Amino acid sequence: MSLAVQLPGLELKNPVMPASGCFGFGKEYSQFYDLDKLGAIIVKAATGEARYGNPTPRVAETESGMLNAIGLQNPGVETIVKEELPFLRPFHTPVIANVAGSTVEEYVYVAKTLNKSDDISALELNISCPNVKEGGVQFGTDPELAKEVTYKVKEASDYPVYVKLSPNVSNITAMAKAVADAGADGLSMINTLTGMQINLKQRKPIIANQTGGLSGPAIKPIAIRMIYEVKQALDIPIIGMGGIMTAEDVLEFLLAGANAVAVGTANFQNPLACPEIIQQLPETLKKYGFRSVEEAIGKGHEG
Amino acid sequence: MISKQMLNIESHIKIAEDTFEVVLPLPDEIELKPGQFVHIALKGHMLRRPVSVADVDKEANTFTIIFKIFGEGTLALSKYRAGESLDVILPCGSFYPIENINVNHALIVGGGIGVPPLYYLGKQLKEKGVKVTSVLGFQSGSQVFYEDKFRALGDTFVATNDGSYGHKGFVTDIIKDLNKPIDYYFSCGPTPMLQAVTKQLEKEKGYISLEERMGCGVGTCYACVIPLRENPKQSKKICKDGPVFYANEVILS
Ligand SMILES: Cc1cc2nc3c(=O)[nH]c(=O)nc-3n(C[C@H](O)[C@H](O)[C@H](O)COP(=O)(O)O)c2cc1C
Ligand code: FES
Repeated sequence: MSLAVQLPGLELKNPVMPASGCFGFGKEYSQFYDLDKLGAIIVKAATGEARYGNPTPRVAETESGMLNAIGLQNPGVETIVKEELPFLRPFHTPVIANVAGSTVEEYVYVAKTLNKSDDISALELNISCPNVKEGGVQFGTDPELAKEVTYKVKEASDYPVYVKLSPNVSNITAMAKAVADAGADGLSMINTLTGMQINLKQRKPIIANQTGGLSGPAIKPIAIRMIYEVKQALDIPIIGMGGIMTAEDVLEFLLAGANAVAVGTANFQNPLACPEIIQQLPETLKKYGFRSVEEAIGKGHEG
Repeated sequence: MISKQMLNIESHIKIAEDTFEVVLPLPDEIELKPGQFVHIALKGHMLRRPVSVADVDKEANTFTIIFKIFGEGTLALSKYRAGESLDVILPCGSFYPIENINVNHALIVGGGIGVPPLYYLGKQLKEKGVKVTSVLGFQSGSQVFYEDKFRALGDTFVATNDGSYGHKGFVTDIIKDLNKPIDYYFSCGPTPMLQAVTKQLEKEKGYISLEERMGCGVGTCYACVIPLRENPKQSKKICKDGPVFYANEVILS
């Protein structure tokens, strides 16, 4: 059975890739399995300079998910290009770099710096991180700003650009249209939903940043709904994510309209989540009457 | 090499108030060193829980973990029984580098659930012929565990916050009156205790082991960072670079 999928700039042997921020730069999980098994790898966010991130505690478990407020900690784009990406070079798996920033200039700088690297195949433009005080998220909630940053990054980059949308908006289709108009090659959705958890004994939020981004199975129905809505309105490739734990979940995203999927939080519970899902996928597709991944994409819209 | 294993619980017993000792088989080719932890998945929970290695029995090919019920995860872990299997990632993190240091007299300072990893450490130190003095702190007498085991390693002093057992007060009260010289100290426990101990023993060489809420437990998510003294804008990951750090390397807060 063919699991292969074609996307702008990406020839995927299967549609499953680890999500940004949940896989570092690949080294750690390469101790658990051969990264060649993956469809692609989305690495941790890169900003212009190194960022320290938020105070700890930065994560908290919730029912069917988790909150995180890492705050985009990363060693900076130069270091990532020089010291992190080369590790992934020997693998036959395309790498997608995640681009973050506080200003349009910073996004453009990161995108330009990534042009120097031959180790990547595409950019994921992160306009949706809910955990940094200035910047990031307002690009993801205001269609005009989203359009501007997408346009500028497209102009600066030699690579295809997938814009990662925030679910913390009332009209996801308007956001999708804005970035599609600005030339986005694809969408990536969804990032985390802003949430909070309060410790009863301490009477204060568990996460030092107070709020954090909710991920995991708790957000899956929202991701599915948003992808479905965008797919109804637009014809643009989508990398879908949000709570994927199983091959059945992958199929659900494909039916909603995703062309490929990313797996985030599940890696923490099971480091082998991605290869196990990939292994299960042919059987699952067959069980529901599909002969390939391509065949299932968008099929949830026909009833 | 780190891996994910299904391990059958050999025994699961309560050893003090809210405190449990679990013995698990040590998989072939896996070496666990003092200070390292294992990362345990629990039914119905998204995130694993890190638990330090409290002992390794090389003859029986088993290892021991000890935990106290603090929240939902440890509560769930307390409900497992012998014979059930646990999904464990191991070995995780750094260890006390006792093979590379010259030590004749070691001071061990443990507080509450920071005591377990120090038992395995003390045992290895004793095997190396090192004199071991242990100072252990607990909230109250009902929570004291492993006192006899520590006594078998060398002089052992126990303090409780409420005075219901041993010395009333803090580990630092006991350390103050100890007959030094020690040439290294090794400490693990709640942050306020580690702050007090590292300050009190500022002039001594020492290693501490830290705890933090973890996401991945293997170094990918940046959930568990700790700032460095020499440059607070830089940090290390407790799950991968730690949990053991040189005492003056990190900023405890
Ligand atoms: C700990 C953590 C860190 C993350 N860091 C990033 C990041 O740096 N950039 C980004 O675009 N998304 C980041 N995300 C969001 C994920 O890539 C993903 O969009 C989201 O978690 C939903 O997928 P999931 O439910 O499978 O985790 C992060 C998520 C988590 C849990
Ligand atoms: S828990 Fe993920 S980096 Fe330490």
